[in-house]
Amino acid sequence: MEIIEIPADMELVYRRPESLTEAHTHYCPGCSHGIIHRIVAEVLDELGVRERTVGIAPVGCAVLAYDYLNVDMAEAAHGRAPAMATGVKRTNPDKVVFTYQGDGDLAAIGTAEIVHAANRGEFFTTIFVNNAVYGMTGGQMAPTTLPGQVTTSSPTGRDVETAGFPIRMAELIGILPGAAYVTRQAVYDVAGIRNTKKAIKLAFQVQLEGIGFSMVEVLSTCNVNWHMAPDEAMEWAKEHMIAYYPPGDTKVSDAVRALRERK
Amino acid sequence: MAKELLEGNLAIAEAAIRAGVEAYFGYPITPQTEVLEHLSKRLPEEGRVFLQAESELASINMVYGAACTGARAMTSSSSPGISLMQEGLSYIACSEVPAVIVNVMRGGPGLGNVQPAQGDYFQAVKMAGHGDFHPIVFAPATIQEAIDFVVLAFDLAEKYRTIGMVVIDGAIGQMMEPANLPPMRPVRSPEDRPAWALTGAKGRAPQTITSLYLGGENLERVNLRLQAKLQEIAASEVRWKEYDAKDSDFLLVAFGSVGRICQTVVQQARAEGMKAGLLRPTTLWPFPSARLAELAGQARGILVVEMNAGQMVEDVRLAVGDRCPVRFHGRMGGVVPLPDEIMNVLKNAYADITGGEVA
Repeated sequence: MEIIEIPADMELVYRRPESLTEAHTHYCPGCSHGIIHRIVAEVLDELGVRERTVGIAPVGCAVLAYDYLNVDMAEAAHGRAPAMATGVKRTNPDKVVFTYQGDGDLAAIGTAEIVHAANRGEFFTTIFVNNAVYGMTGGQMAPTTLPGQVTTSSPTGRDVETAGFPIRMAELIGILPGAAYVTRQAVYDVAGIRNTKKAIKLAFQVQLEGIGFSMVEVLSTCNVNWHMAPDEAMEWAKEHMIAYYPPGDTKVSDAVRALRERK
Repeated sequence: MAKELLEGNLAIAEAAIRAGVEAYFGYPITPQTEVLEHLSKRLPEEGRVFLQAESELASINMVYGAACTGARAMTSSSSPGISLMQEGLSYIACSEVPAVIVNVMRGGPGLGNVQPAQGDYFQAVKMAGHGDFHPIVFAPATIQEAIDFVVLAFDLAEKYRTIGMVVIDGAIGQMMEPANLPPMRPVRSPEDRPAWALTGAKGRAPQTITSLYLGGENLERVNLRLQAKLQEIAASEVRWKEYDAKDSDFLLVAFGSVGRICQTVVQQARAEGMKAGLLRPTTLWPFPSARLAELAGQARGILVVEMNAGQMVEDVRLAVGDRCPVRFHGRMGGVVPLPDEIMNVLKNAYADITGGEVA
């Protein structure tokens, strides 16, 4: 990228974080992954840990996250990112380790791995992106698809009688004794994006302080597979996603509370 | 050094420690649980990583994660657990990170039983996971070989950035015999991790370890590279043992504990005037095809004995072609064939092929 000198009467207000590469993403226009990638990158920059970070990418839309995040990364099998992150962190306790996972990855095929990693209190951070649909494969029903929501594999809407109920992962993980900090946030407006960044930063700080496992569930959108315009998707999510998945902390351990008060 | 009386599974675990393993991730399953138990005590003593995972799926992916950072990592399991690990094995093979897997085989298919068996030959050698790859597969027949091959598995896994798999059956895992453990190697320091490892992008461009290659030609290029590596391994790392094979005119071929039983059979056959010999492959992949073809050229017949329905015999037939007839004797379900039983089969095969005359 060309570096332009900033005129004396101007102030730099926006720049690409060093932890983001210059690659153009493959994400659809309107997708929330770009916002969440940027938040993760800003936090890694602000904490000064980019050069000792190892990330684990999922299977799903964020499978190519390693092309966009300017850190060492490995690509996991579907759902296994928490097991891989466990292997990385246990053998490299000085590294900052995170997984970036979607709802199919974390809440369906990888349920065992995330539950047990959290319950062991592994010292890594999970960014869990919940958009209520399998995006990469073209919009099938996810474990987090809302009741009645139409997808390509629930063409008449999710019927909870046959398909079961959407899983509230932040609540499920939050009750585990090994989890130190678990929260749910949403990137549906500026305030939500700011809160999400605060939460992701705290989640990484919890890891850096050696407190325990941290997870931020980020409610996002998939306007393409929801068959909506990006702004419509945001509005729909504010009404429906937030009603089923209330934002807020589901676990703040005493050590995390003390850390938050100290900051 | 004086030999110690060692149990197979314990010897394998201790050999891994001596070889400098930094992390073990595993799950209990009979008949390999003693590997996990021994390491649960010994690794923390040595200040290294032991973790009992929630499943074999998790174990192999923990190994994968540790291996991505260049840490020496291993897991062990038994047949049904290895089936669960096949997903991870395929990813590890494509990602080209080194890993060591021990399979203490039991009877199958399904839950089968916990008796010794060799039904996982195909799985280890032909299809350790989806896609085109082979682990280097070691098949020890003694506890000393098991120890030596565990050490070699780590060295070759790292040399070729591939999977070293040691397959034994429950008999070798559970029995005791005298053997020498190697001296303790120092554990590699985190500063000495290989250049390809994920160690944080400090002072260099970020690195990615992945098995995803979009675009047909991209992935074909990766496969061609993997195949070239496998050819190099096939040319350099094939191993076997021979017993009275050089001047034999009837050859037994068997691996692992059956190979050991067949040593007794060869002695008996020789005592009865038959010029029998044994080839015991100690790597199942790569397979000693060239040597087998040579010996087949002088043999009137070959008898393959396995504790399965006939798996390695396919590779024997491929190697032998029409040089001589190949017969098979197998026991399944955890039944171990005894020397007298094999001797009878050998005599019948010999008589059938040669018309009864002893050369």
